[in-house]
Amino acid sequence: MSLNLHDLSVRFGAGPLFPPVTLNAAPGTITTVMGPSGVGKSTLLDAIGGHLARGATVVGRVELNGRDVTRLPAEARCIGLMFQDAGLFPHLSVGDNLAFGLPHALKGRAARRQAVADALAQAGLSGMDGRDPATLSGGQRARAALMRTLLAEPQALLLDEPFSKLDTGLRGEIRAFTFAHIAKRGIPALMVSHDPADAEAAGGPLLTLSQEQT
Amino acid sequence: MTRSGAEGRTLRAVVLTVLIVAVLGPIAAGLWQSLRAGLGVLPAIGAETLSLDPWRALVDLPGFGTSLRLTLWTGFAATGLALLLAVGVCAAVHDRMDRRASGRLLAPFLAAPHAAMAIGLAFLLAPSGWIARALAPVMGWDRPPMLETVNDPWGLALIVGLVAKELPFLLLVILSALSQIPVRAQMAAGRALGYGRGIVWIKVIMPQVWPLIRLPVMVVLAFSLSVVDVALILGPSNPPTLAVRLLRLFSDPDIFQLLPASAGAILQALLALAGFAVLWLCDRAGRVIGLWWVRRGGRGLSAEPGLWLATGLATALMILGALAMVSLLVWSVAWRWPWPGLLPDSWSLRPWTGAGQGVTRALMNTVTLALSTTALSLTLAIAWLEGEDRGHFPRAKWAERLIYLPLLVPQIAFLYGLNVLVLRLGAAPGLVPVVWAQALFVFPYVMIALSDPWRALDPGLPRAAAALGAGPWRRLWRVKLPVLLTPILTASAIGVAVSVAQYLPTLFLGGGRVATLTTEAVTLSSGSDRRITGVYASLQAGLPFAAYLAAFLIPALRFRNRRALSGAAA
Repeated sequence: MSLNLHDLSVRFGAGPLFPPVTLNAAPGTITTVMGPSGVGKSTLLDAIGGHLARGATVVGRVELNGRDVTRLPAEARCIGLMFQDAGLFPHLSVGDNLAFGLPHALKGRAARRQAVADALAQAGLSGMDGRDPATLSGGQRARAALMRTLLAEPQALLLDEPFSKLDTGLRGEIRAFTFAHIAKRGIPALMVSHDPADAEAAGGPLLTLSQEQT
Repeated sequence: MTRSGAEGRTLRAVVLTVLIVAVLGPIAAGLWQSLRAGLGVLPAIGAETLSLDPWRALVDLPGFGTSLRLTLWTGFAATGLALLLAVGVCAAVHDRMDRRASGRLLAPFLAAPHAAMAIGLAFLLAPSGWIARALAPVMGWDRPPMLETVNDPWGLALIVGLVAKELPFLLLVILSALSQIPVRAQMAAGRALGYGRGIVWIKVIMPQVWPLIRLPVMVVLAFSLSVVDVALILGPSNPPTLAVRLLRLFSDPDIFQLLPASAGAILQALLALAGFAVLWLCDRAGRVIGLWWVRRGGRGLSAEPGLWLATGLATALMILGALAMVSLLVWSVAWRWPWPGLLPDSWSLRPWTGAGQGVTRALMNTVTLALSTTALSLTLAIAWLEGEDRGHFPRAKWAERLIYLPLLVPQIAFLYGLNVLVLRLGAAPGLVPVVWAQALFVFPYVMIALSDPWRALDPGLPRAAAALGAGPWRRLWRVKLPVLLTPILTASAIGVAVSVAQYLPTLFLGGGRVATLTTEAVTLSSGSDRRITGVYASLQAGLPFAAYLAAFLIPALRFRNRRALSGAAA
């Protein structure tokens, strides 16, 4: 499994935000995207995941496992997304948030409940099925969100400053948890971060975005 | 406790007292009167024996069952359709809609009074109206077709009229609810998990929007189940909906008809309650089914066609509404307009000049009522919010719910009872009771429109003023009110629009002697002279338009050199 970017850039009206990016993200590796604020790191992730706001145009190509996904809608790309606010849906319980991620192909009430329970156990959240996500700690929320993303069986993962809202003490723990799961799944991941410690722990290639020269 | 804190408590106590004595008390008393009269006790006309006869008389009215069915059908269909379309439109276009631009687009529709919109739609939909005229060459009609397109026995024209007016309101309400939800992030999260846009909307966004729009939807439902003016103009005529029948009973020369009419008023209140119960059941059922559906994890990649259908229908309705307003104006200056011409052969201002004193008096009454009810409501709203600020109170949820009460109780259920009460207190029907009765419905809208911008005001501004030595009154007059000019004017424009649109309060509390543009237009609409009707309805629609325009232009001129205030706060 691999994620390939060919001369990928994003235009808002006039010029491209950053110089075209070409990248080969190998399975199980985490590529860290760094660069100054406002250079368009999150926009790069949006372009890969299919979440660009209206008015933005993608230049170049995104390939996932040899399949060109550049023109596909976000929901058809099989690219998972993690961001700093965890993005758990506030109207659903923790368990139902995870069930939301489970593929439809897994049939049967009991089987689906079991899959959710297993995922919760993996995240150290056993028995928190019925909890309101708002009552979880920051670390628990991050772990639940990662499990929800992984349950959808993504073929690549995008992480947009996933640890920036966590305390320093917690950050190392959640980072290790996240990276271990990515390695276990053997999927390519792209992570935007401001924290050099994140990049160091990721141990993968480093992609530095710089302002487009005009 | 600081002086301003104590002042805040006093201010709020005053506002609460006014609210209870002048708003909630009268509604309760009016309902009580209706209840008593419905059970045969109305001493004013010498009826003093408690009995169920009025209810029997009501149920025995010829065609009572049909009226009841029509009321339920049109009320639920209009509310359901308006809600469905509004949700569909928001789902389809929310990410390309700029909130300010969409607010401006919706403003004229919100400003248009129900009656004017209904009259315009009648002009448009009637067999001799614009739509039939446009179709005539295609269909080969050499005379207006014999179709019941208005006042049809199924109430379809009534439903169209209600939806055309309620859709913009629900759109506005949903858009403002959406601004409280991180839609973009949740949409991305849902789509990254493989869900199509329409499905994310239904499974993730709507369940969060619903609690925020439940009360407005209840208002729409209660209104649709009990509307009088729109039903008079567009609704079925024989038999009409329940509310229209009640109006006829209330104005029957035989005063003993007041008893079954009062029983019917209570029935209207019960219908609204039943409507809320149905809504609550749908809410419960939706929650259970929704959860079951979410847990199954269906991705449903193809909800888009439904969304585009909703958008198409909604657009068509908005165009219909806009054309309706234009047709009012065109009819008011039409002279000779033979079938099947799309425009009159000859034009004339005679309907305007010929309307004379009647229209002038109605206009004066309408303006007087609009200005006084709006000023009253605005003062009360500002006193409430300022009291909250000075007393450092958190926003009181229960009080906000109470504000909605006058909008949730059908007008016809308590207004006649209120009238009886006013007469018993020895007050003469006239402008003053009408001002008060209208304010019951104007105040809630003004308060709702003003409270969010007021609470969103940067608290640093009054603090900075206080640090410079400005007392609470100076902070209010010199800092808060000027900075909040745009929302205050917007709330006033809404107040004017609500006041101008009032029909029943004016009719009942004015004892039939206070003629406004609305009461006259509704009366004229059953006649045959579209020109005169067009004059009254155009003026009726023109007043709120003028108010909205002023609310838009005044801040733009006043703050033309103040970028932070030139409309951004609206």
